[in-house]
Amino acid sequence: MENIAGTKSSLSWAVHISVAALVLIWLFPTVGLFVSSFRTADQIATSGWWKAAFPSEQNLTLRTDPPSTQVQKGGQWVIEGNLFGDKRGATISVYGTSSREISTYKAGETGKFRNGATITVQPNGDYVASSDTKWKGGRGPRVFVTAVTPPEFTLRNYQMVLFDPANREGMARAFFNTLTVTIPATVIPILVAAFAAYALAWMDFPGRALLVAAVVGLLVVPLQLALIPLLSLHNDIGIGKGYLGVWLAHTGFGLPLAIYLLRNYMVGLPRDIIENARVDGATEFQIFTKIILPLSFPALASFAIFQFLWTWNDLLVALVFLIDSTGETTVMTKQIVELLGTRGGNWEILATSAFVSIAVPLMVFFAMQKYLVRGLLAGSVK
Amino acid sequence: MHPAVQGILTIIIGVGGCVAYYYFSNQILDRFVFPARGPNAGRNINRANMVRPWLFLAPALIALSVYLAYPVVETLWLSLSERLPGGGAKFVGLDNYRQMLAEPKFWEALRNNFMWLLVVPAFSTAFGLLAAQLTDRIKWGNIAKSLIFMPMAISFVGAAVIWKLVYDARPAGQDQIGVLNALYLTFGGSEPQQWLTIPILNNFLLMVVLIWIQTGFAMVILSAALRGIPEETIEAAIIDGANPFQIFFKIKVPQISGTIVVVWTTITIVVLKVFDIVFAMTNGQWQTQVLANYMYDKLFRANDWGVGSASAMVIMALVTPILVWNVINARREMR
Repeated sequence: MENIAGTKSSLSWAVHISVAALVLIWLFPTVGLFVSSFRTADQIATSGWWKAAFPSEQNLTLRTDPPSTQVQKGGQWVIEGNLFGDKRGATISVYGTSSREISTYKAGETGKFRNGATITVQPNGDYVASSDTKWKGGRGPRVFVTAVTPPEFTLRNYQMVLFDPANREGMARAFFNTLTVTIPATVIPILVAAFAAYALAWMDFPGRALLVAAVVGLLVVPLQLALIPLLSLHNDIGIGKGYLGVWLAHTGFGLPLAIYLLRNYMVGLPRDIIENARVDGATEFQIFTKIILPLSFPALASFAIFQFLWTWNDLLVALVFLIDSTGETTVMTKQIVELLGTRGGNWEILATSAFVSIAVPLMVFFAMQKYLVRGLLAGSVK
Repeated sequence: MHPAVQGILTIIIGVGGCVAYYYFSNQILDRFVFPARGPNAGRNINRANMVRPWLFLAPALIALSVYLAYPVVETLWLSLSERLPGGGAKFVGLDNYRQMLAEPKFWEALRNNFMWLLVVPAFSTAFGLLAAQLTDRIKWGNIAKSLIFMPMAISFVGAAVIWKLVYDARPAGQDQIGVLNALYLTFGGSEPQQWLTIPILNNFLLMVVLIWIQTGFAMVILSAALRGIPEETIEAAIIDGANPFQIFFKIKVPQISGTIVVVWTTITIVVLKVFDIVFAMTNGQWQTQVLANYMYDKLFRANDWGVGSASAMVIMALVTPILVWNVINARREMR
């Protein structure tokens, strides 16, 4: 509406700024999760993710090299090396030799261990520890440092969550389980609904209006009501908990929206095409498969995206109809809820797991947004 | 069998079965039951055309009745009965409802649900309307829209993790990693708060998550409605000297009031069913219980089907007015 005289008001700057603010607020939480999934546990625990791009000051507990590396120099037993090992780059400001006094000495000064041995730590982590007696034990003594570490991002979290076979809490299996649930649960209702929608849109029979009204009604029935009756039903007919049950359940729950969306779309197709085909002797089955289905592609795509997002993101239906006590068939949403319970503070694991489950829907969302919007516009009951 | 193989097989069997059903049932109808030849050809064609819609509808109708209609009736019966040890059930009238009404946790859930019902649709619609109006006026509006719309694609569980990080608290003295606490301390808060454990306030913090998700939905629908407003009405208002706020509130909003109601009711239904967010973030502790999670607790933790079904019926009762209203509207539209 920019072309209407007078609408381009002095508020235009305010509009740009408010939209930018709104977008930033909306993005901020998700970006936080995304950034956190690339940070190490230490970094996440000691500084906010919004500081990830800047050097951060951390309290670290490090060890000198093990006593096996000590050498004898002028009557002293000496261990030399760098506290950071190969990962240099941090700058130590203060350090201490006991967990209760972690900032007793400035970098460059010489500190004392409780047993009388001494250590000198340089800002870059180089140290010289010397003792009158021989160092003992398998590991070097601990040194507590306060250091400014440069920003660092890592893919280790993803490697651990996705590709570490020893990790019992990994997401790899849950990822495939989710995929296994999602694809049949998306494909089957489309087919069933398409035939029904065609009958409701283009075939004349008594009771049609009533059926359409029933579908509109079922659109809002909470699926909470279906849990116990259907679980007992599945148990009675021998399906029990498993993939078949969850596929059937998703099909049933997705049908009202599918029929509603597709019928609304098909009703809008031009009457001429269908009537001409009928006059030319096409059977209803041919009309449906050769004319209606190809023309309805946008509506089919809309519903497919809805159903995909819904089944991928679902927790309740999977909890009730799929996941048994062995946990072999767990899906990602369930896995994440479990991690929230057991690993509530381990944000590197949580953030990475959550992002693994979010990534696929986000890709679908950005690739197929057009169809999603179209489906929303057609699907909200007017 | 590997589940992936099982999945592929299911697609093949399911899709193939459906296609085969539709194809062969049509063939049988046309060739054998009412063949379009012989002395009764005309009558047979008519008869076949009367049966065919039901062939097309049958799978969907069966699935709808088994998976949605039957459970409503069965849940009603479960809510009025009590399971007997060793199978079977006996009718107990309203006992389950009485027991439910005596539980403080139920009233807490009901109270919270009403707060959700008041707050979430209102804020989502308001933010959605604001975002729609603002983004329609700028060039990069479409990018802004798709970023605000993005949370729609994120699962409630994923959103719960995202927002738990925002609400996270570290002990006093340490650097805060949750944005909320960091801001709180910057702007004069004395010590970090465990936000999700503070009653009443925590309910609103959970609502924020759903508002964050639903605003995009409201924005998309309302933006389409705003674009549908005839330009003449706005031009006329400008010529009459209306300022932008008057145009928005007195010209545009009244013209899209129908769509606003639709958005509002759609979000209301989402709110009534809200489960995952509460389940994942607080599990109903610290006075954040809602009906759907209460029901899940009763059904699958306490194993009390009677009270669980009764609370499911409460959700159904709350949805019913919207259901009726939708059906009436749909019927009016069909005429």
